[in-house]
Amino acid sequence: MSENIVLKTENLTIGYQSKKAQNIVASHIDLSIKKGRLVAVLGKNGIGKSTLLRTIAKVQEPLSGFVFIKNKSLKAYKHQELATCVSMVLTERLPESQLTVFELVALGRQPYTNWIDKLSDSDLEKINWAIDETEIQHLKTKRFYELSDGQLQRVLIARALAQDTEIIILDEPTAHLDLHHTIKIFSLLKNLVEKTSKTIILSSHEVNLSIKFADEIILFTDTEICIGTPSELIEKNAFDNLFPKEIVNFNRKLQQFIVNKK
Amino acid sequence: MKKITYSKQFILLSFLLVVLFFINISLGSVSIPFKEIVKTLTGGISTNESWETIILNFRLPKAISAILVGSGLSICGLLMQTLFRNPLAGPFVLGISSGASLGVALLILGSSIFGGFLLNASVSNWSLPIAASLGAFLVLSAVIIAANKVRNTMSILIIGLMFGSLTSAIISVLAYFSEAAQIQQYLFWSFGSLGNLSWNEISVFAVIYIIGIVGTIFVIKPLNSFLLGENYAKSLGINIKKSRNIILLVTSLLTGVITAFSGPIAFIGLAVPHIARMLFTTSNHKILIPSTAIIGAIVLLICDAIAQLPTSEFTLPINAITSLFGAPVVIWLLIRKKKIFV
Repeated sequence: MSENIVLKTENLTIGYQSKKAQNIVASHIDLSIKKGRLVAVLGKNGIGKSTLLRTIAKVQEPLSGFVFIKNKSLKAYKHQELATCVSMVLTERLPESQLTVFELVALGRQPYTNWIDKLSDSDLEKINWAIDETEIQHLKTKRFYELSDGQLQRVLIARALAQDTEIIILDEPTAHLDLHHTIKIFSLLKNLVEKTSKTIILSSHEVNLSIKFADEIILFTDTEICIGTPSELIEKNAFDNLFPKEIVNFNRKLQQFIVNKK
Repeated sequence: MKKITYSKQFILLSFLLVVLFFINISLGSVSIPFKEIVKTLTGGISTNESWETIILNFRLPKAISAILVGSGLSICGLLMQTLFRNPLAGPFVLGISSGASLGVALLILGSSIFGGFLLNASVSNWSLPIAASLGAFLVLSAVIIAANKVRNTMSILIIGLMFGSLTSAIISVLAYFSEAAQIQQYLFWSFGSLGNLSWNEISVFAVIYIIGIVGTIFVIKPLNSFLLGENYAKSLGINIKKSRNIILLVTSLLTGVITAFSGPIAFIGLAVPHIARMLFTTSNHKILIPSTAIIGAIVLLICDAIAQLPTSEFTLPINAITSLFGAPVVIWLLIRKKKIFV
């Protein structure tokens, strides 16, 4: 069974270490995530979703506890090696440059290219595959600053796909998107999981869509962090305390949050 | 798939470089027929021996140093702009040139204050570049350390400027306590000059230049990943610290040695990378590094030619020319294009 688990955390404490104090964001995180799952990380603003994703991706160090990727401790990974296992789509804005969409996606091949970054035939194959999967062929020669937010998000997903990792981590990939583009991103990710059996972990504020699309949900509430399939969590009434009840309520029958009428 | 090639631009620029190289050599206080210049440079024997001396020992080293200085400073500017992801970065803005100046000032001015234990600048070819490189390295390291603490690129630039004025202040204090002769020597150095270099010094210069270029080629891959920001670069497996240290080392070495030999030359490092980006409309460093180098060489050859023109008797300080003619050009380019990139 355990070779099916691509990501595992043990008694993980995440947060920020400054000189004087530890700022613990969340602790006692025990997760195990199987291959080929779409996992949504849900929770209020500032509750630690991004911190968890950044810790898993080794962008920041855990305060204590362990992260295992493919049964190997994250500490034992060199950045170069990790880059072939975990790729990322971040929320931060890209610095202004004249990169074309193709060049941007091609950067995903850096972990595999030689010292001068020469693209081999197999690199080109992967890049074009990623571009096809995300349906951005028509944007290939455009510069990335010309794109709309929705297009840019697909390009960034293509870049992560080109990196050809078993785990793809996306930090709020639908943050600036309208409902239509948000749904498109969710179904794209769902399709990718089914087609490639990669594991995709995303943080999101789209609770309703996550319940619909995700295979598994990591739910950050004020008191605990639960993980399970959407129906398991609904069964446990886990969603009930996610938001203040006087504003939004979880409706079990509809399996979604409903805004309270006045 | 259509592959974008830049060979047309490269051929054009290389041609321009060669033409300007010959024009640069044919300008000067003594007029020498163009035919004789070509003859001398291609290894033939000139009809006039003094012409040959002028060409081989004065004008050729000067043209070569214009190429090395122009391309070297421009590459430093490009490295700084990508490292700091800031289009305003450059060896001058970040105080690196001032650091190099401080090194030189300590050597020239300091010798009169601290006595003879500091090397006499005229003794060794190496003392000036070493002092300048150390100064450049010192300031650049300080800027990098500060940069790690603040993150915000705007603050980094301001910190660079502050370091620049700090070093200038130290130089002023040094000058205050120095003797007139030393101050004059330092002042002449700070005007900038591409001449005065012997073949011996050119070879020292060239060795360090080549080391710098090799280092730059090795960081092309990380530089391209920096275009996505540091976190993406890290997630692509790039060793940020190592790449940054190489960039730091290359920049301080090149800026240091260039500033030592030709004085603090403003504008080139900041502006040329932008000209390259506009001409080639790319941010890919595989294209940008060679194009920035060629354009840098071209720009400095032009500036040097302008410095020669007004009177044939003496040359204007190159530092004034680069800013005087360069700054308006950049302003015009930016107004026309509106968008600037890293």
